[in-house]
Amino acid sequence: MELIRLEGVSFAYSGRPPVFQGMDFALSEGQRLGILGPNGAGKSTLFQICLGLLHPQQGRIYAKGGLCQGEKDFRALRRELGYLFQDPDDQLFCLTVAEDVAFGPLNLGKGRQEVQRLVEGTLNSLGLGDYGHRLTYQLSGGEKRLISLATVLAMQPKALLLDEPSTGLDSERAAVMERVLDESNLSWAMVSHDLGLLERTCHNIVRLEGGLLKDLP
Amino acid sequence: MSEAASQAAAQAAVRVEPAPTLDNALAVGPVGRLDPRAKLVVVFAYSLLMALAYSPLMAALGVLLGLGLVAWARLGWKVFLSRLVAVNLFTAFLWLFLPWQLSLGQGAWDLSLAYNPDGLSLALLVTLKANAIFLALLALLGSSPVNDIFHALAHLKVPSKLVTMFLLFYRYLHVMRQEYQRLRQAMQVRGFQPGSNLHTYKTYAQLTGILLVRSLDRSERVYQAMLCRGFGGTFWLLDHFSWRRADTGFCLVSGLVLLVLALLQWSGISWN
Ligand SMILES: Nc1ncnc2c1ncn2[C@@H]1O[C@H](COP(=O)(O)OP(=O)(O)OP(=O)(O)O)[C@@H](O)[C@H]1O
Ligand SMILES: [Mg+2]
Repeated sequence: MELIRLEGVSFAYSGRPPVFQGMDFALSEGQRLGILGPNGAGKSTLFQICLGLLHPQQGRIYAKGGLCQGEKDFRALRRELGYLFQDPDDQLFCLTVAEDVAFGPLNLGKGRQEVQRLVEGTLNSLGLGDYGHRLTYQLSGGEKRLISLATVLAMQPKALLLDEPSTGLDSERAAVMERVLDESNLSWAMVSHDLGLLERTCHNIVRLEGGLLKDLP
Repeated sequence: MSEAASQAAAQAAVRVEPAPTLDNALAVGPVGRLDPRAKLVVVFAYSLLMALAYSPLMAALGVLLGLGLVAWARLGWKVFLSRLVAVNLFTAFLWLFLPWQLSLGQGAWDLSLAYNPDGLSLALLVTLKANAIFLALLALLGSSPVNDIFHALAHLKVPSKLVTMFLLFYRYLHVMRQEYQRLRQAMQVRGFQPGSNLHTYKTYAQLTGILLVRSLDRSERVYQAMLCRGFGGTFWLLDHFSWRRADTGFCLVSGLVLLVLALLQWSGISWN
């Protein structure tokens, strides 16, 4: 089942040369896609377009085969497609970690007890069991990264868009993250500059360069 | 994970460290354990009464009560004194300006300053009132973790938009401070030394500008993050407070005291 597909998408930030010109991209259920690419190639931009956070000047976006036109369609899409931001500072906006992790599931209309279970379960699975009452703005960079992943996982999405998930993690925490992802039945598109990580965790790897996706030779 | 293990983990997650209070003056006293809802209601009623007080004696009573509350809350002396000074820096201006009256003479530039005793008593009244309210706020609200207070506001049916605004405001105050510190550090490691010269002013102007631009940028990305997690306008509450007998007692006693004060004020007894 196809989760998301971009068709002939062109995008430019205002006053800047285009990042994409007629590019195609797709992610299906069960697929684990690695994306490599130089700085400024548009990897983060691609994810933001997928989720309707940026709007392309041309092209179409399909979610599960249906055309995404307005905010309402993207709202539904974002439930299924979790997005881990490149900068974890942008992702945590509540005061405490527990509140932040609970924010998504509560928005999805889950009951309190279920949310409580989800929050604890997610934090524990990432080895962050005692972080619930920590303040989000007093965490280290790596801690923020991992908690951000927890906030995404707690929404129980079908697939993830991961923007450099292992950056800033120590080798132990990076291994925990890899294991949690690997043991899940999630699909994902993962951006990373760490080819080894992509080879271990993804089924196929593509390269984004010059606004186009190419299979890695 | 087994049920028992997850419960143990949940236990461990409960308050492993003191949560930050509004004033960083970590309260250890009994006031810190009172339900924030009770404290909010009392402090609101008390502030209202003090704001309406028109006799210095009444306001002085309020200051005494406030001092009692602060002592009961066992806030640190240092914090207490430094905040007190900060508040009274403002009231000092009243003492500077209020006792003088500007009187106009015949000619256009014929101004003279005259001593005005009414102004002096007004300054005294305002100072007492401000301190009375400040002391109660410090003792009651300063002794609760700040997010508890926001949550208590929400539980007291303050509009959720307002509470959301408070929460985000408080959260992003820290982000802006961190951003500011990072920029400062970036300047320092490149040998910037502030002085009173044009270079310093230009640099500070740039610093302010970039701070604003960055904050705007960040607020956009945070809004995106909220959208990604299905934000629909509500900020959810996790904490649920438990009302204890001490809270009922506190409310009753405070209500009684406030009632007596109100009666004293409006019973027609002349105070002056
Ligand atoms: N808000 C913006 N306004 C204008 N231009 C932008 C903006 N954000 C990104 N760009 C530009 O768009 C291009 C693509 O940026 P993007 O962040 O998608 O790159 P990236 O592939 O994620 O890079 P990196 O590996 O460094 O994260 C870059 O040339 C960048 O300078
Ligand atoms: Mg990027």
